Amino acid sequence: MTAADLIQAIQDRFPQGVRAAHSYRGDATVIISRESLIEVARTLKEDAAFQMNFLMDVTAVDFSSFGKKPSPAFFSSSGVAVRPSPEIPDRERWPGPPGPERFAVVYHFFSLPLKHRLRVEVPLGDAEEADAEVDSLVSLWAGADWLEREVWDMFGIRFRGHPNLKRILLYEEFVGHPLRKDYPVNKRQPLIGPVN
Amino acid sequence: MADIRTETMTVNMGPQHPSTHGVLRLVLELDGETVRSAAPTIGYLHTGIEKTAEQKKWQQVIPLVERMDYLSAQSNSMAFCMSAETLLGIDVPERVKNIRVLIAELQRINSHLVWLGTHGMEVGAVSVMLYCFRERELLLNINELLAGFRMFPSYMRVGGLREDLPRGFHDAVRAFLDRFPPKLDEYEDLLTRNEIYLKRTQNVGVISQDDAVAYGLVGPIARAAGMDYDVRKYFPYLGYDTYDFQVPTQTAGDAYARYQVRVAEMRESVKLCRQALERISPTGAFAVDDPRITPPPKDRVYTEMEALIQHFLIYSQGFTVPEGEAYVPVEGPRGEHGFSIVSDGSNRPWRVKSRAPSLMACQALERMIVGGLIADVIAVIGSIDVVMGDVDR
Repeated sequence: MTAADLIQAIQDRFPQGVRAAHSYRGDATVIISRESLIEVARTLKEDAAFQMNFLMDVTAVDFSSFGKKPSPAFFSSSGVAVRPSPEIPDRERWPGPPGPERFAVVYHFFSLPLKHRLRVEVPLGDAEEADAEVDSLVSLWAGADWLEREVWDMFGIRFRGHPNLKRILLYEEFVGHPLRKDYPVNKRQPLIGPVN
Repeated sequence: MADIRTETMTVNMGPQHPSTHGVLRLVLELDGETVRSAAPTIGYLHTGIEKTAEQKKWQQVIPLVERMDYLSAQSNSMAFCMSAETLLGIDVPERVKNIRVLIAELQRINSHLVWLGTHGMEVGAVSVMLYCFRERELLLNINELLAGFRMFPSYMRVGGLREDLPRGFHDAVRAFLDRFPPKLDEYEDLLTRNEIYLKRTQNVGVISQDDAVAYGLVGPIARAAGMDYDVRKYFPYLGYDTYDFQVPTQTAGDAYARYQVRVAEMRESVKLCRQALERISPTGAFAVDDPRITPPPKDRVYTEMEALIQHFLIYSQGFTVPEGEAYVPVEGPRGEHGFSIVSDGSNRPWRVKSRAPSLMACQALERMIVGGLIADVIAVIGSIDVVMGDVDR
């Protein structure tokens, strides 16, 4: 299935769940609401038309201040900055972040029998604590376990129904979630010694 | 016999265990010699490369990603460059593609040699380690010739390569390719029908095809369980569809099948290297001809004002990459590996995420060792070829 066919098939199946879809540089991307994630994922996995048996990757992106801040050209202290610019022209433009929400959880699905890929994005807000939460896919793919734990660790996005949602790369005493854009890159955390 | 103790014992293996390939820690619950449960703990090598990459300009990310999976440095940087090139919408010259294929395949042999050597040593065949590192030394010498750096050459660039091939490169690679296949036979003489090695690896660490799919396992582990998934065949990049090579598979799914797959892969890589070497002319284009991305040659920088300005701009503020997101998978030595990158249109990446095959393999480790013997744990860790730098990033 080509990217356009794949998107069309999913849009037909989930007219409510799909918020937007696009194909950029050959990658099919579908943006869905978080309520429909489990249903979409199960259909992608089990339906004969999709057969997405691989969950290749789960990650997240923090889109706060996306494309607004100039980026330092030398060191941040030098004050010389580069603004995002259309210097290299782009014929097929990317439609932009998946939504006005701060986060997007990104799933990469892959079908071994049908040889197609799909990127599914779930925008999540952070106005309230319960907003940065999405259903866990561990019940469908055992491999989602560590990937979702990593997203929790790095972004503080919770996965509802995850059996063991603990930090994975960092330690329990770590404060904050380092891949959020508001986490300073040079922030130090206190050293912890052995317990007792 | 009434006072035999029957409770289970908890053993902490690692993080500084010599055969855990870095800093993997396993908390094992043992019943006699049988592993009842295993809890892998990772993160001891977490260096925050993904956060650091967001602070760097696009070209500066290349040395960083090479240090993720430190045994397949050039596959990492190639995957990153290909994602960035997809966003930029540039197509690298044919010669660059062929050189990249050659480098990627040499890197695969390099990585598999380290794997074979350490895995052989862990199951008791120390001489295999000495043999493998002997041939790997030649590959590191080729890296040194190519880029002046043995482990992390940083030879890839967005838009092509850093510089042209050095004089004598073809001869060095050809000498290696002539020398290597007979040496591969030597390794096989030591292991393939070695009674001890067979006993240590057959029916050890078995993973079924269904489990491999559920855990997202790719690369040699999946191919040893009967899947023929290889990115080079499924989604050909760099013109891999024009090369003649096979994807070796096995069906047993155990540690021995993984050994067979990887050794066969090295033979296929030699074939690929020979074909690529044939296509590469000794001199020619080594980067895309775009002054916004490729720095001008040094002799022009020293003699022309415009080239000097261009050089200064590229090295001080870098180039901007159009807004967008891309994920281009490549077949690294450990399977599908790729970078999901997001750009906000500035000179630094907004988000860089590595799809790490070692992380998934490490996750499935528990499935492979529970129910087996504790002595087999070492053989299984060796056979899945985890690189902790890739797991923790």
